[in-house]
Amino acid sequence: MNLHEYQAKALFAKFGIPVPKGRVAVTPAEAIAAAEALGGEIWIVKAQVHAGGRGKAGGIRLARTVSAVGEHAEALLGTQLVTHQSGPEGLPIDTVYVEAAAAIERELYLSLLVDRSAERVVIMASAAGGMDIEAVAADTPEQILTATLHPAAGLSAYQARALGFGLGLTESQQRELADILGKLIKLFHACDASLVEINPLIVTDAGSVVALDAKINIEDNALFRQEALQAMRDEAQEDRKECEARAHDLSYVSLDGNIACMVNGAGLAMATMDLIKLHGGEPANFLDVGGGATAEHVTAAFKIILANDNVKAILVNIFGGIVRCDLIAEGIIAAVGEVGVKVPVVVRLEGTNVERGRQLLADSDLGILAADNLTDAAIKIVALASDEGAAA
Amino acid sequence: MSILVGSESKVICQGLTGRQGSFHTEQCLDYGTQVVAGVTPGRGGAEHLGLPVYDTVRDAVRETQATVSMIYVPAPYAADAILEAAAAGVELVVCITEGVPVLDMVRVKAVLAGQNCRLIGPNCPGIITPGTCKIGIMPGFIHTPGSVGIISRSGTLTYEAVWQTTNAGLGQTTCIGIGGDQLRGMNFIDCLALFEADPDTRGIILVGEIGGSDEEQAAEFITSDVTKPVVAYIAGVTAPAGKRMGHAGAIISAGKGTADDKFEALERAGVTTVRSPAELGSAMAKALE
Repeated sequence: MNLHEYQAKALFAKFGIPVPKGRVAVTPAEAIAAAEALGGEIWIVKAQVHAGGRGKAGGIRLARTVSAVGEHAEALLGTQLVTHQSGPEGLPIDTVYVEAAAAIERELYLSLLVDRSAERVVIMASAAGGMDIEAVAADTPEQILTATLHPAAGLSAYQARALGFGLGLTESQQRELADILGKLIKLFHACDASLVEINPLIVTDAGSVVALDAKINIEDNALFRQEALQAMRDEAQEDRKECEARAHDLSYVSLDGNIACMVNGAGLAMATMDLIKLHGGEPANFLDVGGGATAEHVTAAFKIILANDNVKAILVNIFGGIVRCDLIAEGIIAAVGEVGVKVPVVVRLEGTNVERGRQLLADSDLGILAADNLTDAAIKIVALASDEGAAA
Repeated sequence: MSILVGSESKVICQGLTGRQGSFHTEQCLDYGTQVVAGVTPGRGGAEHLGLPVYDTVRDAVRETQATVSMIYVPAPYAADAILEAAAAGVELVVCITEGVPVLDMVRVKAVLAGQNCRLIGPNCPGIITPGTCKIGIMPGFIHTPGSVGIISRSGTLTYEAVWQTTNAGLGQTTCIGIGGDQLRGMNFIDCLALFEADPDTRGIILVGEIGGSDEEQAAEFITSDVTKPVVAYIAGVTAPAGKRMGHAGAIISAGKGTADDKFEALERAGVTTVRSPAELGSAMAKALE
C-alpha cells in the first residue's frame, strides 16, 4: 500500500525526522490559507498522487506570491497528473501539499528497503540525489552506497560514518544524518514499511539536513497490524477493479488485452496469461480466485472481469486439486447464470471428478465451452476472442 | 529414494485444531503420512483427529520424537511458530501459512542461520514424497512414485508439473513447493543440491516466476554443480512491471526479475526451457530419453 507525500511527511515529523513546514489543501482557498499560515516568500505547491516523476510532469510548482499559490492549486486540483509512472490515464489530483520553499545547497538520495538477496533491511544512499535513482544505479553504480542492517545489531556507528563520509557531509551534517537514519529505521519497523525513500534529502544553505520529499510503501502482508496506516489508504489513486477484487479477497491486476482470465493460484494465473500471449492473444487481466475457487469467489470474479469493457472472451482455468471439479463446475455455472455473462467462456478443469465437471458444463446450456487441456484452452479462447473482435 | 521426507518421517502439526490444520492434516493422514501429534497452545492434553495435542512444540517433540513440523497457524503467529519449532530441535519446518509479514521473515532467517533446521515456505503447498509422505495442501492423487524431482515457487503450477510427469509415466521422487514470498526458507539451490545427490532422481523440473534473482542464482549453481537434466518454466512473461502478481514475491521492480532474464540465464546454464507450462512433462520425458 502506498502513502501520499503529505502522509509520509506527517509520519516523518512524528518520528522526529526534519521536514519542511507544510499544509494540506483540497481547494484553492485552502491552499492560499495554507501559504499565509506558513509565511515566507516562496512556496511550493505539490500534487499528491501515488506516482513518481511529478516534477517533470508539472505536478510540482513554485509560487512567489500567495495568489500564485491559489492559481497553481486551481490548475492542479481536479485534474489528472500523467507521469512516467502513472500510466497513460494519469492519477487524480484531489489534494495538494503547500510547502515553504527550502534553500537547497545539495541534493542527496536516501532509502531503506528489504533486500531479497541479503534477506535484510538495507540502506541505500547516493550523492546523486534528485535524479532517477534507477538510472544512477544502472549508469554509475559506484555512486550508490549501501549498508546492510543485521536484525540484532541494527545500524552500527561505523555504517552511519561510512555513509556520511561517502556523501561528503561535514562533521555536524554526519551527526544529523546518523540521527535521521536511526529514526528512519524505527519508522521502517514500526510501520512495517517495504520502502522508505527520500529523494531528495537536501543540505540547506544553512547546512542542515532535511527530507524534501518522502515516499513510504507499507507491506501488504503486515496491514493486519497497521490499522492506523490502513485508514490512510486512498482508493482514488488505485485501480477501481483492483480495489473491488481486494474487498472479495481476490488478487486482480488490470492489463490491456481483451481475453479475461480467472485462475486458481498466482503462478498458474501468470502462466495462463503467458499461454494466451503465446497463442497470439492478449490477456485482459491477472486474476487469482484462490485455492478453493468457491462459487462465491467465482461470482465476484466474473463481476470484476466483466466491468472491463474490452473483454471479448473469458478463460477459466482451475486445477481442482483437493476441491472436486464437479463442485467447481457447479460454481461456475451458477455464477455465469447469476452474472449474465454475454461473452464466450472457455473452462479448463483438471483434478478430481474432472469428467463429471466437464459433463456438467456441457449440459448447462449456457454456452460454456469445456477445454481438454491447457493448450486446447488457449487455442480455443484466442480464436473466440478474435471472432468476437471481428464481429464487433 | 527421495529427499527430506519419507515413510520414516514423524510429523507434528502446529495449528492442528484450526480449520485449515484439521482439514489438511486429515488429508495427510489419509495419504499415509505419519502425523503423530498436534500443537495448539492452551489445548494441551486434548485429543484431535485421534492425535494427542500439546501446548508446546518441545512437549510434542519430547513425547513423539517427531523431526518434522507442518505449520498452519495464522499469519500473525507464523514467524513465532517457526522459531518455536526450530528451538525445539525440529529438523524440517514446513510453513504453509500465507501472508507472513516480510520483516517477521527477516528476523526468522537471522535466527535460523545459527541453527540446524531447514525451513520450507512460508506461503507454499508443502513437500511430498509420493506414496509415502505428504506434508502440505497438495492433492495427493496427482502424484506417483517415480524419477523426477520438482521444485516450484507456485502451488497450482506445481500441480501442473506433477500431473504432466505422472501422465508421462515418469512419476516423482519428491516435490517441493518453496513458496511465493520474497523471503523464504529453502531456495532452488538447496533443493537442486539434494536432488543432484539423490540416486533415484533422474531429472529435475524447476518452476520459477518473476521477481528476485533466485532463478538466476539457480542457473549459476546448475552450471557448476548439477549434472542431471533440468527442465524449467518461468511464469510471468506478460506481467507488467511494478505490480504484485498475487504472490508477494512476484513483482518486477526497477526492471529486475523479468521472466525473459530468468529464461536467458537458465538457457545459458544448459537448462531445457519451455515457453508453455503445458510442455513441462513432455520436455522432461524427452530429456530423459
